[in-house]
Amino acid sequence: MATPNHPGNHDHQSKELPQVLVLEPPPIMKLHGDQFLNDFQLLKAWESPLPLDQFLSIHAQSVKALLTPGRYPLTRNILQLLPSLQLVVTTSAGLNHIDLPEFQRRGIAIASAGDVYSEDVADMAVGLLIDVLRKISAADRYVRKGLWDTKAEFPLGSKLCSKRVGIVGLGSIGQEVAKRLQAFGCRIMYTSRNKKPSVSYPYYSNVLELAADSDVLIICCGLTEQTRHMINKDVMLALGKEGVVINIGRGAIINEKELVQCLVQRELAGAGLDVFENEPHVPRELLTMDNVVLSPHRAVRTPESLTAMCEHVKGNLEAFFSNKPLLSPVMNI
Amino acid sequence: MAHGIIYNHLDLPQVLVVRPPDSFSLYQSQYSHKFHFLKAWESPVPLDQFLSTNARNVQALLSCGRFPINVDLLRLLPSLRLVVTPSAGLNHIDLSECHSRGVAVANAGSVACCDVADLAVGLFIDVLRKISAADRYVMQGLWASKTSYPLGSKLKGKRIGIVGLGSIGQEVAKRLEAFGCSISYNSRNQKKSFSYPFYSNVVELSANSDALVICCGLSDQTHRLINKEVLLALGKEGVLINVGRGAIIDEKEMVQCLVQGDIGGAGLDVFENEPNVPKELFALDNVVLSPHRGAFTPETLTSMREIAVGNLEAFFSNKPLLSQVIDD
Repeated sequence: MATPNHPGNHDHQSKELPQVLVLEPPPIMKLHGDQFLNDFQLLKAWESPLPLDQFLSIHAQSVKALLTPGRYPLTRNILQLLPSLQLVVTTSAGLNHIDLPEFQRRGIAIASAGDVYSEDVADMAVGLLIDVLRKISAADRYVRKGLWDTKAEFPLGSKLCSKRVGIVGLGSIGQEVAKRLQAFGCRIMYTSRNKKPSVSYPYYSNVLELAADSDVLIICCGLTEQTRHMINKDVMLALGKEGVVINIGRGAIINEKELVQCLVQRELAGAGLDVFENEPHVPRELLTMDNVVLSPHRAVRTPESLTAMCEHVKGNLEAFFSNKPLLSPVMNI
Repeated sequence: MAHGIIYNHLDLPQVLVVRPPDSFSLYQSQYSHKFHFLKAWESPVPLDQFLSTNARNVQALLSCGRFPINVDLLRLLPSLRLVVTPSAGLNHIDLSECHSRGVAVANAGSVACCDVADLAVGLFIDVLRKISAADRYVMQGLWASKTSYPLGSKLKGKRIGIVGLGSIGQEVAKRLEAFGCSISYNSRNQKKSFSYPFYSNVVELSANSDALVICCGLSDQTHRLINKEVLLALGKEGVLINVGRGAIIDEKEMVQCLVQGDIGGAGLDVFENEPNVPKELFALDNVVLSPHRGAFTPETLTSMREIAVGNLEAFFSNKPLLSQVIDD
């Protein structure tokens, strides 16, 4: 495979493979290698000793497609160095790392993760909720410390059945969460950018009102200008002292400082968090709370999801280079 | 709460309590105007002496859920007609001895089944997706060290083998179906109203499952039902969840299988000799341990108390019991 430093290594007689620029390897590549993209010529920017802008100026002027992980911010500055770019394929469900208005202005298509991860993320959200309500991780620690033997009191859990669950963002992840929690006898309500006519769950246009009528809030939406710090102190106080927050979206949807304050002051009963404002940093107050379950942003991390994502990425790139419709185009930015 | 009158306890129906059930103080405070609780454990004299002296006319016994109700005890209670246990479990009661003496038995019925099922599913998700283990990892400050945390395993498509398709097993099945799991089961009898595949043999069920969820009661037939053969059939990726009774599993074999990697993981709410938990399990990240709290929510504990009292009231008013155990 040609390396970015030696473009002369191309075999000019063979049909040239379509080029795909990769600024930083996404997790699927780190875990699976890049054989799944053998039909493409990968320009691996991170392997070059050159600074990025120089590398792109020299090697990426005619690149049409970019494969990117969720953590790498795709800013205007980078776009300026990619005059031929027509497609970005992102391996994350979230799009907050992409300057969407700029991409729209340039007419660059975006292929997202689609719903490849939705089931696994929903499973994690439900797992975190049961854990917080029924104190599974806390009780596991209690047993491992040998406290069961001492008859030291362990608090009761809280029933799932009949809990009013407010889903923030009823996209494909939110709908999978709803489906699962209905089987536990929970009552589902939601807020979303738009009401979904195909679902019968009660719709709230306003997250504060949703919180006031809920026992649990599950954050399933993406991070945008509108959702940044949407879950603030007012929302948490409305949720109430028995309230539980589960976040499998993005850390910054919640005002993390206010979340910590509410938990410390017992204005909230507990939280299950897979994402944080400044990963991998976790507010130290949370590290010792028995009513908080912490997950290191791994809701998508099953071998099955990662394999499916490899196929999905390959499928989107193949579609693009054969002028076919993308599998998971992002519309309506 | 009893009114401000002191009831002459001789007017109230007697209920023998050999050892107090959990939260017995609540039975006292809420129901001492309905029953006279004969509290055997408070007496300094040995139990058999206490019973000979005080319990010859006692018709009803409120069990603590653990103290054995067996021939040794029943022998000392010639007038006994009813045993009420606040638990769903019946393994502490010699049912056939009760039956032959004409002593009816009432338990908690299915009031706890949703909570127990929720815990079973919670333990299953935890083991498969390594939730508690990853929580420990973050708490220990390891996330910042960038060591990548191991992958979990997808729930969808997993083949679940439910051992015991009673009310708990049915609730577990309903929940796991919503995750895209497929359900099969082994039970004393095939349940015609369910379309899940039935296996009459638990080894075969295990061989065709990615996870076994133990939801049955403990009896002579189910004692050590989950033995080495069943565990090896479950396999290296297989997960074992137990919300029934510890002794349904051969605990020593299970520990060995876990330590040697012959099964993939376990979520356990019950153990053979509670509160003792085999220490080897503490070193394992693929095991989630729960101190027998499947029914431990305030609502369910209240329901269990209420149904126990409801059974006692029904008995003393010559009405049908609310949740009589019919030995089948």
